[in-house]
Amino acid sequence: MSDVPELPGEFSVDLPAYARSLGIVVTGEESGMPVLSVDFGPMVEGRPQHFHGGATAGLLETAGYAALRTALIAAGRDPQLKPINITVQYLAAGKSKPSFAIGRITRLGRRNANVTVEAWQDDRARPIATAVMNILMA
Amino acid sequence: MTTPPARFDARAASQWFFRHGHTGWLGLRFTDQGENWVELELPWREDLLGDRSRPVLASGPIISLMDMASGMAIWQASGSFNPVATLDLRVDYQRPARERASVRGRVECYRRTRSAAFVRGIAHDGDLNDPVAHIAGVFMTIGADPREANPALQGSGGE
Repeated sequence: MSDVPELPGEFSVDLPAYARSLGIVVTGEESGMPVLSVDFGPMVEGRPQHFHGGATAGLLETAGYAALRTALIAAGRDPQLKPINITVQYLAAGKSKPSFAIGRITRLGRRNANVTVEAWQDDRARPIATAVMNILMA
Repeated sequence: MTTPPARFDARAASQWFFRHGHTGWLGLRFTDQGENWVELELPWREDLLGDRSRPVLASGPIISLMDMASGMAIWQASGSFNPVATLDLRVDYQRPARERASVRGRVECYRRTRSAAFVRGIAHDGDLNDPVAHIAGVFMTIGADPREANPALQGSGGE
């Protein structure tokens, strides 16, 4: 929590219905990209007291799209986004505390983007999961 | 959780798996099973949309569906309910699901070693020959590790 800076008022990203239902919110900003978070609770629980791998993936994916949208807005573009693929690496169990995630644009092309996403809990330097996403822009 | 049956049975296990937690919230349902595969259904729901412009399920819950079907396929193949942790899961999206359609995830566990289990499968919305997505994943079989201090139980593991 302490690693996440305060959110500037003008910084906002539209999260999809799925992300809002799951309780994902934008909690901060880092290097111009939104930091997303989700609290632990029954909606994200897999085995007792741990995040379900699918919920962690949902947070990563949402952060990836939020990062890409942010970069596109900065570039004055507003294309429709279509997922090509996502590969999630699970590095550590998600415990019963908030999780955070941020996306980084590895490459922003004309037709597709490659986005890398990281999720962590209390230690920013120890990610619990990472993802690479390829997204088509039409 | 309650005491598992002698031999893991996906249909029976679904009755208590989907009562609570993330998969309960998603409303996952059991649909079919084979010797080494399981199929689950993610029902259509208005608040699971991924796109403002079209009424199609978001890809996030589809990953959850496939992750859960993967775990259950591993238990189905091994016959026992030993905890597994997702190491790596890849989803290749072929096309959006049809509007207002439920999505089914069918995953098979095609190989198990002492410590790893490999899965592959498809997500579809009715036609097995026209999938919404293909998936491939690797899981660690935590319970199979003979070491007393099992690092997978302490630090690592996805689920």
